[in-house]
Formats: sequence, C-alpha cells, structure tokens
Amino acid sequence: MATKTLLEAIREALAEEMRRDDRVFVLGEDVGKRGGVFRVTQGLIEEFGPHRVLDTPLAESLIVGVAIGAAAYGLLPVAEIQFADFIHPAMDQIINEAAKIRYRSNGRWSCPIVIRAPYGGGVHGALYHSQSVEALFYHVPGLKIVAPATPYDAKGLLKAAIRDPDPVLFFEHKKAYRSIRGEVPDEEYVLPIGKADIKRPGQDLTVITYGYNVHLCLEAAERLAREEGIEAEVIDLRTLLPIDRETIVASAKKTGRVMISHEDTKTGGIGAEIAAIVAEEALFYLDAPIVRVAPPDVHPMPFNPKLEAVFMPSVEQQYAAMRDLARY
Amino acid sequence: MENRHAALGLSDQDVVAMYEKMLLTRLLDERAWVLNRLGKVNFLVSAQGHEAAQVGAAWALRPGVDWALPYYRDLGVALTLGSTARDYVLSLFAKAEDPYSGGRQMPSHWSSPPLKMFTGSSPVATQLPQATGVAYGIKLRGDDAVVYVSFGEGSASAGDAHEAMNFAGVHRLPVIFFCQNNRYAISVPQEKQMAVENVADRAAGYGFPGVVVDGMDPLAVYGAMKEAVARARRGEGPTLIEAKVYRYTPHSSDDDDRTYRARDEVEQWRERDGLPRWRDYLMGLGLLTEEADAALRQRLLAEVDAAVAYAEAAPDPEPEDLTRHVYAE
Repeated sequence: MATKTLLEAIREALAEEMRRDDRVFVLGEDVGKRGGVFRVTQGLIEEFGPHRVLDTPLAESLIVGVAIGAAAYGLLPVAEIQFADFIHPAMDQIINEAAKIRYRSNGRWSCPIVIRAPYGGGVHGALYHSQSVEALFYHVPGLKIVAPATPYDAKGLLKAAIRDPDPVLFFEHKKAYRSIRGEVPDEEYVLPIGKADIKRPGQDLTVITYGYNVHLCLEAAERLAREEGIEAEVIDLRTLLPIDRETIVASAKKTGRVMISHEDTKTGGIGAEIAAIVAEEALFYLDAPIVRVAPPDVHPMPFNPKLEAVFMPSVEQQYAAMRDLARY
Repeated sequence: MENRHAALGLSDQDVVAMYEKMLLTRLLDERAWVLNRLGKVNFLVSAQGHEAAQVGAAWALRPGVDWALPYYRDLGVALTLGSTARDYVLSLFAKAEDPYSGGRQMPSHWSSPPLKMFTGSSPVATQLPQATGVAYGIKLRGDDAVVYVSFGEGSASAGDAHEAMNFAGVHRLPVIFFCQNNRYAISVPQEKQMAVENVADRAAGYGFPGVVVDGMDPLAVYGAMKEAVARARRGEGPTLIEAKVYRYTPHSSDDDDRTYRARDEVEQWRERDGLPRWRDYLMGLGLLTEEADAALRQRLLAEVDAAVAYAEAAPDPEPEDLTRHVYAE
C-alpha cells in the first residue's frame, strides 16, 4: 500500500490497463510527448509508443469520433478531452453517436469507449478551464458518468470504465489532481460502476455529494461532530449515471434529513434529480425539507480570485448548511 | 460499342451483375415511394440517380472484409455489399426483424456487423470521423482492410468532414472518402453550399488526391475506387472521390422538390441517367438482350413483391423491446 495523488492513481490505471490488454490506447491533445497538460499520461508514450499514445489534431469531435470508430473495430480507446470546458464540439459524437450506437443497432454494435476530462474550478481557470459539465450529459441514456473523489476510487473506477462495454465519461477534478492523496493498494483491483460509497457513516443527517466537494463535506462533517455532536453520513456518489438510488434512499430513510452538495451550478444540476429520487421514494421519512448546496446560476467562474472564491464551495458553507439542516 | 470494362479487370458476368444491383436499387426505391403514398410506410429517403455511383463504388470493396460507413442514401451500396431486398423493406416497415435497427431508426440507416457496415445516424458527416477511427484501428493492427465512407456535398460543409479528412491525411489512413454530389442538400443548391466547383478540390488541402468522376457511369466510379482502394492498401493513404450525380426525386418522402428546382432541369438530367446508359452499354456489347432484360426485371420485381409481402406480415417489435439495448444486457 502506498500513498498516491489522484493524478498518479489515474496514470497507474491507464498504464496497467495498457499493459494488460493491447487493445487499450489513449488519444487526445498533447497526450504524447508532453504527457498531457496535467501530466496524466506522462511516460506512456515512452512505454507504449506513439501509435497507442496518439497526439491528435486539435479537434474534439474528431477525437471522440475516432474513438467510436476504433471501438467498432475492436479496440478499447481512452480519449482525453483536455478540459471538460472543451467537450462541447464533441457533444454530437457523444450524445447522438456513442450513447445511441447500441440502441440504434438493436444491440448489434456497441461503443466501449472512455472519455476522460478534467473538470471543476478553484485553480484560477476562469470561464473556460473551470466548468463542471456532468449535468449536460446526465439526461442521456446509454452513457455512464463517473466522477471519483479519491485516488483509490479513481484507479479502481477507471479500470472498470475501460473494461465496461458501454461509453463512460470519466470526470477528474482538477483541484483534486495533486491536492488529494490517499492509499492505493499495490495489488490489482477494480471497483463497480454504479455503486456509491459511504465515506463517513452517521445517523443525524445525510450528505450526498461527489468530486472535490466530498472532501469539503467530510471536513465539515468532522467539525460538526466535534463541535456539535452531530453525526453526518457522507455519501460519495462516485458514479453519477447510473445513480445508486438504493444507497441514497436507504440513507435518507435512516436519517430523515438530506443535503445535496455539488460544485456544479444549482438549476438542473445532478442535485435536482437526487432531490426528486428522495421525494419519490422517501418523502414520508423526511423530518426537514431537502437542501441543495450549490453555486448560483452564473457562468463558472471569474478569473478574479475574489469572485472565484465566492463561486467555489467552501467547508464553511457545507458546515453551515449541515448544521442548519440538523437543527431544523 | 467499345468494351471498357475488361481493362478494369471486370468480367462480362461482373458487369451484368452490376446492372442487376443497379436495377434492384431503382425498383426498390420506386416501390418505397408507392408504399409511402399508399400510407403503408411512414418515410423514405431516395437513392434514384445515385445507383451507378453506389454500385460502382461498392463493387471495389471486399464484402465482410473492407469496412463501410454508408450514408442514408446508399441503398445501392448496402445491396451490393450483401443486404437484401427483404432487409431494406423490413426497415421501411420498421419491423422487429429489420436487421439494421429492429425498427428503431428511419429506413436506410444501414448496419451489419458481418458485412462490416457500421451503424449510422441522421445528423450528417458524423460518420467521417468514425470512419477514420476504423481506419486507425486497421493501421494499428496492421490489417489490410480499407474503409469506405460516403456523404453528400452538403455534408462536406460540416466540421466533422474537415476534421476527419485532416486526420486521415496526417496518418495516411486506409480510407476512401466518397462524396455523392447531387447538387442539392435538400433544397440548397451547390452554389450556396460552397464557393468551389468540386468538393474533390479540397483534398489538396489535406495532402491526398481528390478525383472527380461521372457518377452516372459505374465504370468511371469503379475505376477511381479501385485505384483508391489499391492506394489505401499500399499504405499510401486516403483518397477523396467525388461522384457527380443527380437526385431525380425529392430528398425524402416529406420533401417537395418543385418548390426549389425547375422541372426541365430534372428532365435534362434524366437523359444522363446511369441506369439506361448502362443497359445500352451491355446491349451494345451483346451482354444483355431485350428478352433477358425483361426477364431480369420480372425476377427482381418478384423479389421486391416477396420482400414487401414478407415485411408487411412480419411482426412489430414487442412493447418491452422499447427499453432494451440502452446498455449491455
């Protein structure tokens, strides 16, 4: 067991899958010699060569389209979109093509691709290097969406994504890349897509979150226990689509108080769907209205550090919302 | 009549068989219109005027070995690669047995894993990047297959077309970009689509050859395709072939081309129709007689009749099929 950053865990998962199966290859902008602008693919071109670590032209629709075609041919492509903010030119290839290939061919073709994309803010990325785009894809049947928070989860889930027979969007939080460290086993493991993880058990209220906010909520929950004796259960969704309804509903029934926290803006975010699930399946177990903690509906996020800080979720904000919900 | 096919390595049998595919394409398309106007099928997209280009192009491929990403007008390609009249008519009726999509897609959205014909969508040009992905897979694996991908001149305006050709040029991928230029993207004429006369001229910008051929002449198309396929197999990279054709019908059963083009223009193009020209060529060489042609027509019409009878009686998908195949089962 060694301590690794989220970024190192992802890189390890890629390298190990490429060693295990020669059908796996990565493609994207600057993934070769540069090793990716975040250095996630660093070292891969030296080990696997330029054909399996493919520097593509600067064209996102092409990147996803090539992945789809290569997957049809029997390969297992892992496409990198340099920033989630740049994924929009590939929307058609993702939503109208990758997501529908199995359905539209009546199960005769499949699309086993992974699309990795760094997302999220708090890194002075301004309007076009800070976005959270998961909700834009959440409405699309046929896609899976994974957004891990810890190195352990990231490695096990990326391996699962590469081995998954359907298209998986794999969102990696930029701020977590190097700031989040954790234990990663030396031996091989794979984690199931579609299963949330209770990162902190508790009986007084439920906090449902994912990505970097998991760490904010865990810190707030510890403080809440210390200062107020309130025990929050923190659920890390890990997979957003398909969402783990069972874990969400069981916890909501147990605590009777539900808070949802994400870095993506509020309206039409994943939190809206979670609130609807709780309302549909656990309404009469609730002792308080459902609370959504999310940034305002503005464009994430200004370059000015003060405005960026106002946009970004904080431990204090999570703490206050948890405390108020517990007291309701 | 001069024999033009022998020099291309085509036997007399081949050229008669090509005629059969072209004629079947036309007869099926005509029947689709009748079925639509009778209210029996809800939609069709027409291939009339494209038969020579499609059959000539597909004739240069090895079915089940080479890959095809045909666009929705490619009935002649699908039939030449091994799809049947029954397959097509099942897709017209959107029946459960429709081999392309099980009745989920509009007709003419071809798909067949054994024929290496990849499933396509309705948004145009999306198949071009995918074709380069297949070709990249072929190159990565060191296989000798080639990829055929087709599109109209309207699709050539889409960003995906540019992105795909550029990438294919960079990696010298074994892919043939086959543009069927019928001068109209639904109603928009070529001069509003592009400032150049030939889509093929753009190939120079991607670092590979662009070829313009008479798409009403299956031999011209076959010859260009054959050369492009050989080039691709030699590892010399892509070719962009532009076949000049004309669409005799409206874009689809829901279109009315009288609103955007003159009847005499359509009639003038009728004189260049590849189907009777090919028939004349075969007759001129003594490879087809009036009697043989009539017998062939009868046989193909019987095939179309049988396909329609079968498809009409075939079961619809079950209600529970709606939720199947969203994810792996």
